[in-house]
Amino acid sequence: MTEYNSILKADALTIAYAGAPAVRAVTLPIYEKKITAIIGPSGCGKSTLLRSFNRMNDFVADVSHEGQIRYRDQDLYAPEVDPVEVRLRIGMVFQKANPFPKSIFRNVAWGPEINGMDGDINLRVETALRQAALWDEVSSRLDDSALNLSGGQQQRLCIARALAMEPEVILMDEPCSALDPVSTAHIEDLLFELKEKFTIVIVTHNMQQAARVSDFTAFMEMGHLVEYGETDQVFTRPTETRTEEYVTGRFG
Amino acid sequence: MTAAVGSRPVKGSTSPLSSAQTRFGEGLLEKLFFFCALLSVLTTVSVIGILAFETYNFFQKVPMLDFLTGTRWTPLLEPKHYGILPLISGTVLIVLGAALVALPVGVASAVYLSEYASERTRNIIKPVLEILAGIPTVVYGFFALTFVTPLLSTIFPSISVFNAASGSIVVGIMVLPMVASLCDDALRSVPDALRQGAYSLGATSFEVSTRIVIPAGLSGIFASFVLAISRAIGETMAVTLAAGATPNLTMNPLESIQTMTAYIVQVSLGDTPSGTITYETLFAVAAVLFASTFVLNLGGTWIMRRYQEVYE
Repeated sequence: MTEYNSILKADALTIAYAGAPAVRAVTLPIYEKKITAIIGPSGCGKSTLLRSFNRMNDFVADVSHEGQIRYRDQDLYAPEVDPVEVRLRIGMVFQKANPFPKSIFRNVAWGPEINGMDGDINLRVETALRQAALWDEVSSRLDDSALNLSGGQQQRLCIARALAMEPEVILMDEPCSALDPVSTAHIEDLLFELKEKFTIVIVTHNMQQAARVSDFTAFMEMGHLVEYGETDQVFTRPTETRTEEYVTGRFG
Repeated sequence: MTAAVGSRPVKGSTSPLSSAQTRFGEGLLEKLFFFCALLSVLTTVSVIGILAFETYNFFQKVPMLDFLTGTRWTPLLEPKHYGILPLISGTVLIVLGAALVALPVGVASAVYLSEYASERTRNIIKPVLEILAGIPTVVYGFFALTFVTPLLSTIFPSISVFNAASGSIVVGIMVLPMVASLCDDALRSVPDALRQGAYSLGATSFEVSTRIVIPAGLSGIFASFVLAISRAIGETMAVTLAAGATPNLTMNPLESIQTMTAYIVQVSLGDTPSGTITYETLFAVAAVLFASTFVLNLGGTWIMRRYQEVYE
């Protein structure tokens, strides 16, 4: 595993809500242009860990961090770090599609515009929508409200919205949990294409999904990182009994 | 076997499910409730009826066109003129001034309360706003006369003792809590998922508030504006005390004016015999007042529906 280049790294990271730790001493490198899946039962701390990677935990009252998250050797929680700058480089897709109540075009153009990004905005929107495999379905109705799209289309729009920012890392928090199997398959296909250009971290409840799409898998339980390795190894030759029990469906 | 344990004796009834007797009071209560509901309908209908009747009488003596387009309102002085435009301009002046104070400050307070304030700060500011809303309007009028006007006269020495500016400022303060509170409700009902989505795209709190949350809560914000303007139009006591009793076709807030409501107060306080034309002016003015708030409320509902289509 050492030949890969880690872009993000949680280092002895502990995150607590009102003093109660949700993530405990996790050390987890995220490799560049790979898909890393974080799996584990509900409440294991996987979403909390994911949200600490782009400082979305900042909005939770009474949250505290110990340890570090390093992004290209910079501590993300250092006092001089501006969370806005962090989120420009590390984008996010949420569990439930959350398009803005604006047109399809405006949804994708919004991020680049408020951040004053240069270049042709039309081209940027088109590129992002193509990357998210949504362009063919929406190119003729870019001015329609995003809320008229189907659930799966809305989620791909949210992916396009994140892609339009040209981030280096995209965090996905159970992006398919509210979608039907066809839409899920669409998004999984998409992930394979996206990893050519982006680093992806995906939290999922769905072990088959983790096995299908990811290069690396982290298994968490009760805030601890139980096992982390290449996905093949974690699913076929886990070193920990708990991992084996979980991936074979004996609990969780 | 039929008289099983727990079976209920049926008194002289063929159907086992029919009630043995009318449940006590059911019918009576229903009638009582109906009467209560009817009362407000009857009140509304009779108010509109009386307004229409007396206004009709008034228009027998003064042509409607003269009333609606006349620029002089002197029903109590000779020569008498019955042009309502000065009263309308007075009301508009108060409403514009009040809106200028209440709408921006109200929306800004709501943005602060819903997007920036901690739970603790909210818990202090919200009750204070409610107290502001509970102050009797005559106190506001007195406040305008004894505090706001002297303050304004240090800036504008030419200002009249009674003037539209101080009246509209206090009416603005008066409707501010309503605007702030309704807008706060509207903004807080915007799903958090939208804020998170915006933050994840590198937006600042200001960008999230102004470009995502406010547009998404726009229908509620408009609703609060309409209610506030409606209330400012109908506001009586403060403007009667502070803005004066001089029907004046002007847009200069430093002058003394008279609003439609203040005129109604002025005439109602004197001994005006019923059936006289002065008496009937009350109803004509009230009819205009009623029509304007009615149209405003209809328009408000229409705007809200339009925006809801776009944003939900």
